[in-house]
Amino acid sequence: MSVLVYTEHSGGKFKKSTFEVVSYASAIAEKTGGTVTAVSIGDVNADELSLLAKYGASKVLNVTLDKLKTFINQAYASVIAEAAKSENSKVVILSASFSGKGLAPRLAVKLNAGYVDGAIALPDMSNGFTVRKGAFSGKAFADVSITSDVKVLTVIPNSYEVKENQKPSNIVEFNPPVADNDFATMVKDIIRASNKVSLPEAELVVSAGRGLKGPENWGMIEELAGLLGAATACSKPVSDAHWRPHEEHVGQTGIAVSPNLYIAIGISGAIQHLAGVSSSKVIVVINKDPEAPFFKAADYGIVGDAFEVVPQLIAAIKEFKAVHA
Amino acid sequence: MKILVCISNVPDTTTKIAFTDDHKNFVTTGVQFIINPYDEIALTRALEITEASGGSVTVINVGDASVEPTIRKALAIGATDAVRVNANPRDAYFVAKQIAAYAEGKGFDLILTGRESIDYNGSQVASMIGEFLNIPAISIVKSLVTEGTGITCEREIEGGKEVVSTPLPAVISATEGMAEPRIPNMRGIMSARTKPLQVIEPVEVAQLQNITGYDKPKPRSQVKLVPSDQVKQLVDLLHNEARVI
Repeated sequence: MSVLVYTEHSGGKFKKSTFEVVSYASAIAEKTGGTVTAVSIGDVNADELSLLAKYGASKVLNVTLDKLKTFINQAYASVIAEAAKSENSKVVILSASFSGKGLAPRLAVKLNAGYVDGAIALPDMSNGFTVRKGAFSGKAFADVSITSDVKVLTVIPNSYEVKENQKPSNIVEFNPPVADNDFATMVKDIIRASNKVSLPEAELVVSAGRGLKGPENWGMIEELAGLLGAATACSKPVSDAHWRPHEEHVGQTGIAVSPNLYIAIGISGAIQHLAGVSSSKVIVVINKDPEAPFFKAADYGIVGDAFEVVPQLIAAIKEFKAVHA
Repeated sequence: MKILVCISNVPDTTTKIAFTDDHKNFVTTGVQFIINPYDEIALTRALEITEASGGSVTVINVGDASVEPTIRKALAIGATDAVRVNANPRDAYFVAKQIAAYAEGKGFDLILTGRESIDYNGSQVASMIGEFLNIPAISIVKSLVTEGTGITCEREIEGGKEVVSTPLPAVISATEGMAEPRIPNMRGIMSARTKPLQVIEPVEVAQLQNITGYDKPKPRSQVKLVPSDQVKQLVDLLHNEARVI
């Protein structure tokens, strides 16, 4: 059985989340005695494409059509569906990235496939095909059994570890016909915040709340995040007050994150915020109120004023980095 | 512009989630239901657009009669009329098919949803409607402006945003930033009672999946507190014990 994996790239480079989904697909293929085929769309050079073999892709379909150089949801979904048909794939895997979340539902409809968004673990194939995903915005998990012949899954970044499983590299050109109707949308511009770690994919997150008292005090948060190579985040009251942009809002009605380390500074820990961070591996809470509910959901804590603790933490990290450089 | 806004009926964000002892069902007893917060953003943007340049805003929900208070709230916020597809919304595929079946041939220029519902967090319905109707769908959009005969959107991407234009009709899913949700005023609440709410029966849809059970995250063990004058200790713990730095 072939497992198809869509290997998203950013400016010709594959992201860690891409290697995660290839590793995930590879684990399914190993269990079912199948092989992994990757489909890459756009400008990615041969060296980069050959990296996919390292994580278990025994074949790479390389789609280089000029019209597909920028992301076009409808057209990309058509291409991936054609790849799934030509490979007779029974399982199609994508990352639960912003683009993946837009593509997978279309793809599922095209393939008459059941679709589980945001898988957090490998499917249980002992009796059917059951996938665990987050539900109620981080407050629970749901196990979803897919009963259709073809199955589509997206996988949450940072939830499955990259694993090497070297296969011989085999890159083939794949350019199926795509209907003109699929090219209705047009990307006019891509704006990237330079030097910023992307929050949904971040392994480390430094987040701050109202305890910071005002937007002018975020300098130390950014410094700490910069030192750690972490993404910055915030609580809802902070983004509602426009102290920080909406895309930094972590919580039930914002972004759900699952980093290795989440440092919460001056955030009390309302149930809506906790929902968005519950799948973080390690949580550190810094708050001057010892009764802050966040301490009950934390692994490590410091009861103290952010304006005293954070500068000390910055100094301690600098010292640590000097020793471990 | 003729706009269709899809609304979902979800537990209030403060709800403590509980399941039956066999982990098979979500316990709704005592749970307050609200319009999905992202759908409220979509609804508000739809109202802003029609207030500026004319048109109508229809809200649609797939659910049984118990969701009518939520639908009436959407009418109170300002929707022109409402449709309820009388069925249990068993999964996104089912819901998207019902909405597509209703919208087909009715001349909606724009179909809006929230980026995801806060109960099942699928982000599925918008793209599926787009596929069923064979029209563009743009997901997780934080700004939507009309431009000539089409629209221009800013959608979120990792570490930035992408500016995308599309002709209409199209399906767009809304996230924070597109609009500030409105609170219904007294006049809106009064007029909502008499606005049209049409109930239609569902179309048949194949079932491709089902939820077999639920679980809750394991509680974390007792927090380990580090004295505020020993911050270095925290760095040691994160490096040597938690192994995250």
